[in-house]
Formats: sequence, C-alpha cells, structure tokens
Amino acid sequence: MPHDHDHTHDHPHPHVDTAGVLPREPGRALRIGIGGPVGSGKTALVAALCRSLGAEVNLAVVTNDIYTTEDADFLLRNGVLPNERVRAVETGACPHTAIRDDISANLEALEDLEESIPGVELLLVESGGDNLTATFSRGLVHKQIYVVDVAGGDKVPRKGGPGVTRADLLVINKTDLADRVNADLSVMDRDSRAQRGDLPTVFLSLTEDPTAAPVAAWVRGCLAEGAAETSGVASGTAATG
Amino acid sequence: MTGETTAALLLLADGRLPAGGHAHSGGLEPSVAADRVRDVASLETFLRGRAMTSGLLAAAFSASACAAVLAGANGRLGVLEEELDARQPSPVLRQTSRKLGRQLVRAMRVIRPHDCWVGLGRSPHHPIVLGAAAAVSGLRPCAAALAAVHDAVAGPATAAVRLLGLDPFATHAALARLGPLLDAIAADAERYADADPAHLPAGSAPLLDLAAEHHATWEVRLFAS
Repeated sequence: MPHDHDHTHDHPHPHVDTAGVLPREPGRALRIGIGGPVGSGKTALVAALCRSLGAEVNLAVVTNDIYTTEDADFLLRNGVLPNERVRAVETGACPHTAIRDDISANLEALEDLEESIPGVELLLVESGGDNLTATFSRGLVHKQIYVVDVAGGDKVPRKGGPGVTRADLLVINKTDLADRVNADLSVMDRDSRAQRGDLPTVFLSLTEDPTAAPVAAWVRGCLAEGAAETSGVASGTAATG
Repeated sequence: MTGETTAALLLLADGRLPAGGHAHSGGLEPSVAADRVRDVASLETFLRGRAMTSGLLAAAFSASACAAVLAGANGRLGVLEEELDARQPSPVLRQTSRKLGRQLVRAMRVIRPHDCWVGLGRSPHHPIVLGAAAAVSGLRPCAAALAAVHDAVAGPATAAVRLLGLDPFATHAALARLGPLLDAIAADAERYADADPAHLPAGSAPLLDLAAEHHATWEVRLFAS
C-alpha cells in the first residue's frame, strides 16, 4: 500500500507499487524472470545459474511449468537446489497468463520464498514454455532474460515479439547445434542487434559451457547494480518505497 | 444494485480480474478425468450442481461479508471465517479458498485501497474477501452474492474450453441458460446478509470434495484446483 511515512520501523508490510513497475527495495531480493519458447533450454539455464551462483548468492527459484512440477522436479532431482528453495506454480493451462496478465500465484510463491528463506538475494522465476508473444509483467520481476535456441530457426530474432525485442538479456542457446540445423549465427546476431538496439544478447552452449558464464556474469552485474541503486534510495528519500 | 454501481460489479466479476482465478478449474479438471464432464450438456449439469451447492455457499457468505463491511462490523468477518471453515469438509478446498482469498486481497489493495484489507488476516476465505471487495466497491450484498455465484460457474466453464476444447460459443450459451438460476441463487443468498452467521446455508457437493482431495494428489495436472 502506498504510504508517505519514513521507513524508520521494521515491521513487515506489503509494499504495493501503484505505478506498475516493481521497485527495488533495500534488503529485498532481485527478481529475474526467465522466459522463452518450449525446449529452448530455460530449465537447463536455471540449473546452470544455480550451480554457478549458488555458492556466492542466496537464491531460490519459482517454476511455472505447464504440467505443474516437471521443471521443479528436474531442479530437485539433479541436486541443483534443495526442496525448500524451489516452488512450482500451477498455471491453469496458460503459462503466459501467470507471468503477465494475472501474476497473483507467482507473487505469492515469491513472497513465500522471501519469508521462508531469510536474506534471500536472488529469486529466479522460470516461465512455462510458451510462444514468442509471452513476456513478464514489470509488476512481477525487475529484470527478464529471454531464451531462444538455434534449433528453433535462425529467423526467430527477426520475428521479434516482446521477449526478443525488450528482454533485458537475450540468450541464444545451443550454439553447438548451429551447423547441424543450418542456423547462421551471424544472421541471428545481426537481427538481434536490429531488434534490440543497445540491449545485450549473448550466445550460449550449455554443452560447452555448463556454467553459463556470460549469463551468470550478467546476473552478478544486476545484483551489483541493484545494491548500488538501493543504497542510494536508502540514503536519500525513502518515501517512495 | 443501482445503475451507478453496475460498472463496479462488472469489474469485480470479470474473469480478467487479476486475482489468481485463472489457474483454478473449480473441480472441473478431476471431473473431466473421471469422464463425468465430457461435452456441453454434461458441463451444464456440472455447473448447475456447482451453482446450487458451493455457489450458494459462496454467495451467502459474500453477501454476509459485504453487509458486515457496509455496517462497519468488520469483527463479524472473523465469525464468518469460522462458519465457512465448518462448512467445507475438504482440507484441500479450504486451503484453495484461503489461497484465492489471499490473492484477491493482494489485488484489491491496489485496485481499491481501503482500511478493511489490513484487518482481514493472512489468508481469509475467498467468498469473504469477495464480499468485502463488493462493499468497498460501493456494491450491495445482492451484488456480492451475484459476483460469487457467477465466479463459481464462470471459472469451470473456461477450464472446460481449455481442457476439452469445447466450442466457446456453446459453452457461453450454457452459461446464458444458467442466468436465471444464478439470479435466483443470489436473491436467496441475499436473505442471509444480516442473518446470524450460524444460520447461513451449508450446501455441499460431496463428489466435488472428494474430487478436490484426489486431484491434489495427481502428479501431473494443469489447474491448481
């Protein structure tokens, strides 16, 4: 609820943003959405990020699989995260609705994780596999990563859609398959630049780089940037929290 | 309901209200799996049964909660909570109702800021939040009841379109045929607006209770309930 008092108290209360964009708040986790078409490697990327960042960052994951717990089970089965750090959200056969039009269930899962894991710094929200028109609500996440793969065709960046054009990071995955599926990476690079302007794009092969190094580095940058921003807020006016 | 508040009712009853309802089938998914709902005719029968049992229950509690908030008697909401708990034998359905209630509070805090959202507790039952939302929207108990019973059938109808690929026009025609029944249930529920909470109806659908318990154990499902 919007309020105009200073943040001198420490009792928990819901912070609701009325401008439609999730504010970064001091001491609260950075929320990153990871979206993309079916089979583009979202869950494998989440697993890689957990392995790369898990030792240095206090993190947890919300999955939005079409079949409720498939992706969550993958993360648990592969020992990437313990049970208490993974939540699965049911999406009623509409994964894009749960991350864009009606974010209630995801907000609830995120708030549960924030309450049950003290000091959690990073919350990854993996969307269910969807089409090129899916995008995360700015009321749900601070940043979003959109994952496409070369096997989906090298025309995908040119086709655009909000994920390709506006995601904070575009990941073009499975580059090791490019030759086998006749995908021209230079075409994908050119089209991505044309669609995205200054927004970053990285090429990735989790087979060759199981740590997802460039994506992990980008996430670290977001965490550092957020820390700088929130400390600025804390030392300035707190009235907008 | 007056002409001035009709738009507020439409907003509250619209399936696009971002309060989490889209992920719930109201017992339809397990009913489809059990082959109890397979076409528009069996869907209509299912919806009729749901309206007359859990729909009436939700409508009466919404009307009562609406009247309580309008009268400034928010303390009565706690009593309604206990009475509604007692009328829902399925732990899964109680939990689902509280989850949807919590999500509706979260949405309403922004949609219509009001003091009543603070005192409702962590996870109030959905029909009670819906009644409070109606009051805060300037609506009367009859409108709260109508929104509740509409919600009880509109959600499962949409789920049927998604799960069975039913013709959406034919599905909405079934909803249109149910209109007079929904109006009658809402009018019935309104009579309880100022009644002693202990005297509210206790209609239930045992098969829906059992289906909900079973559904929650499935390994693979599309809807949360």
